[in-house]
Amino acid sequence: MRLAVREALLAVRRAPMLSALSITTIAFSLFAFSLFGLVALNIRNALRTVEDRVEIRAFVADGTGAEATGAALGDISAFPEAASVRLVTQSQALDRARRELGEFSDVFEEGILPASIEVRLKVGFRDPATVRAVAKRIEVYDFIDDIRFGEEWVEKLHRLRTIATLAGVALGLTFAIVAIIIIGSTIRMAVMARAREIAIMRLVGATNGFIRAPFLIEGVLKGTLGGLLALVLAWVALAIINRFVVQATFFDAWMGTVGVLAGASIGLAGSALSVGRHLRRV
Amino acid sequence: MIRFSHVHKSFAHTGAALADVSFQVNKGEFVFITGPSGAGKSTILRLCFFEERPTQGEVKVYGVSSATFRPPDVPRLRRRLGIIFQDFRLLEDRSVEANVAFALEVTGTPPSQIAPRVARLLLQVGLSAKATALPLELSGGEQQRVAIARALANDPVALVADEPTGNLDERATRGIFQLFRDINANGTAVLMATHDLDLVRRSGCRTIEINRGQVVFDSASDGGFRPSQPLKAMEGDA
Ligand SMILES: Nc1ncnc2c1ncn2[C@@H]1O[C@H](COP(=O)(O)OP(=O)(O)OP(=O)(O)O)[C@@H](O)[C@H]1O
Ligand SMILES: [Mg+2]
Repeated sequence: MRLAVREALLAVRRAPMLSALSITTIAFSLFAFSLFGLVALNIRNALRTVEDRVEIRAFVADGTGAEATGAALGDISAFPEAASVRLVTQSQALDRARRELGEFSDVFEEGILPASIEVRLKVGFRDPATVRAVAKRIEVYDFIDDIRFGEEWVEKLHRLRTIATLAGVALGLTFAIVAIIIIGSTIRMAVMARAREIAIMRLVGATNGFIRAPFLIEGVLKGTLGGLLALVLAWVALAIINRFVVQATFFDAWMGTVGVLAGASIGLAGSALSVGRHLRRV
Repeated sequence: MIRFSHVHKSFAHTGAALADVSFQVNKGEFVFITGPSGAGKSTILRLCFFEERPTQGEVKVYGVSSATFRPPDVPRLRRRLGIIFQDFRLLEDRSVEANVAFALEVTGTPPSQIAPRVARLLLQVGLSAKATALPLELSGGEQQRVAIARALANDPVALVADEPTGNLDERATRGIFQLFRDINANGTAVLMATHDLDLVRRSGCRTIEINRGQVVFDSASDGGFRPSQPLKAMEGDA
């Protein structure tokens, strides 16, 4: 093992240009991937805040007793989809309308706006079908006059989200595949550059495991360095965007760690693949 | 030690390279393989260290049979053989001593034993003075001595050499050949392919001549040199 580490470091030192080239290649392909990831992350965050506004409003008929609405409130709170349920009384509705309309506040008279039950839904229950189903279940109370949830708007939001997710997965896969191919070929180059050494190792009786070990270590090393470099580049890019374009969020520590680990695993997998192929061929 | 039994070898594009080759090399023997270019000498040697498998027949080397071996047997066998080529095959970016040490590291020799072993091997091939030189700073003959030191590193039972003097002049050839004789005198078998008929004739060693993939002459069975022991007693060696 110690020898394998030494050989791996020696290989990096003997071919500094090639090593630097493969680390930067890995870094840039992971960087492209992480930029894409940042875009996806921020779009998702934006959609999430919009989605938070998905709300069902059930208008309560005038003269409904507090007992009836209170019972309904309790029932609805027990729905697995419900995140929060609250009652907006007639006077609260009026206050809100006055606040929102400012100077036209005097067009409303006391009692003209109905009371309503407002239901917000948990993440994952904001698609049109679920929203509609929940609305249906609320509508069964006979003191509910009318129910609204911005059907068209929910529909549109959902479509946008589906498109964003699909595009995200497709683009993400493409970027990941491109990154793996590029990383694989830079490691292939490192293996080719040492084909002679590998042939000699085999002649003097080195086992395949022994030959493989330094390459795997080298792959992990380059992958990790490339991943870290990519993270730094992404962070710099984000700082520039934050400063000159829009406020955007960066990966959290967990996602950053996963990214670097992904770099290391791609390095490992790329090395294992190219060395394995080389060893099988000769 | 090395036994070929009715070995056939054919390649995808070039067809039959060896046809019904049978011979045996015993412990401590010195055997030349001669024959015109393309006869199949290198193919025979590559079969010896399992770089190739026979298409038919069996190659058995130091207990490892081409018919029954498993992949881990190959590196294990190669540690018991010293393999030498015309083009030396040294690592050109490492010093002479590092090249020799390489063979010891690869086979898991304890680090503390490596330096003294390397020094002794270089002494044996007469290169102590050039231990820190790079291969390309040496003459061809000296480079071949490095390769021989590396081949000897793991105390091989046999040396398998493919035209080891092919790139060397007359004098260097004689020096390298003498080195092989000395190594052989210590009990290591040598199987050497060569074009140098002069060398073969003068040595008086056993010679197997190959032509078009067949053994056309073996001095062990055609008079001349005879094995020092009856063949029967050595069956177990193969
Ligand atoms: N890897 C290979 N693939 C296909 N054909 C091969 C291969 N190795 C050898 N041959 C064929 O086998 C035959 C014998 O080749 P080999 O190298 O054993 O000859 P040789 O006696 O060593 O010749 P030389 O004296 O020129 O080195 C040749 O016809 C050659 O074309
Ligand atoms: Mg040859």
